[in-house]
Amino acid sequence: MKHKTFLISGFIASLFLAGVVSFYASSHPDGLEKVAEDIGFIETVKENTNSGGILADYGVKGVDNQRLSTGAAGVVGVIATGAISTGLFFLIRRKSGEKK
Amino acid sequence: MHIPDGFIDLPTSAAFAAIAAAGVAVSIRGSKSALDEKTAPLAGLTATFIFAVQMLNFPVAAGTSGHLLGAALAAVLIGPYAATLAITIVLILQALLFADGGLSALGLSIFNMSLLAVWFGYGVFLLIKKILPKKKISISIAAAIAALLSVPAAAAGFVLQYAIGANATFSVSAVLTAMIGTHLLIGIGEALITFFAVGAVLASRSDLVYGYKNETSKLEIRSN
Repeated sequence: MKHKTFLISGFIASLFLAGVVSFYASSHPDGLEKVAEDIGFIETVKENTNSGGILADYGVKGVDNQRLSTGAAGVVGVIATGAISTGLFFLIRRKSGEKK
Repeated sequence: MHIPDGFIDLPTSAAFAAIAAAGVAVSIRGSKSALDEKTAPLAGLTATFIFAVQMLNFPVAAGTSGHLLGAALAAVLIGPYAATLAITIVLILQALLFADGGLSALGLSIFNMSLLAVWFGYGVFLLIKKILPKKKISISIAAAIAALLSVPAAAAGFVLQYAIGANATFSVSAVLTAMIGTHLLIGIGEALITFFAVGAVLASRSDLVYGYKNETSKLEIRSN
């Protein structure tokens, strides 16, 4: 597979997973949260400082349709992660000709 | 396993944030040799894919869910240094954009998932790879076993932080038992996803896989 094709397929797969499949994810508490509930230290939790944010808890504020809200948040997350991480890795990379 | 604000006190959180920052600084230097024109975009794609799959919580036991951590997956695909950076970027974006994981707890989470799970997972991967026959499928199997164990390793990191600086007084041994048990179960899902994801990249672009490339370059040296 060509390098570009490979990267584009991976990116599209990520968009699909975060934008469409994410709606079907389990909404049960995750491992840490469940343990905190069972044992009792969940009571020490403080509200997240960003919990009023426009994308808090993987939903777009003001969008009531759950499928759309989660999907859009996922797409924004994939694009943001893709752009920021790829940019940073390019900054760090070994320039051609530089020693290993 | 994104730690919310409040579970762990601020001095402990600050101490782990300092360790996390040092680990990230070392990883920036260390990842340079593994990143070039071809592998830098792969590292970006790895971070992106991990973000996406982390949204996909799967049910593990009654009333509990888990999702991919991605530490072993990233370590095998792009090397442990770049993997530390990839997971760290994902954790920072999740905390800032999606309020997933507390800001004051970010250092704790980065220590557990970007450092502990990545390096422990990578160590297990190298060990298993050594034992198994030199085949492509062995890379996927070693990655899966590393993935399985990397999740309870990250959970153990949380228990350590809880023991040092919890804002609660419940017994550490109870937290340890519950955390390791639950996260071994989540580790099974982690192993399956890692097995197939590593297999997919090996099938299409094995030349890009860090944990496989090392193998071939070593063999080249031997044959010379």
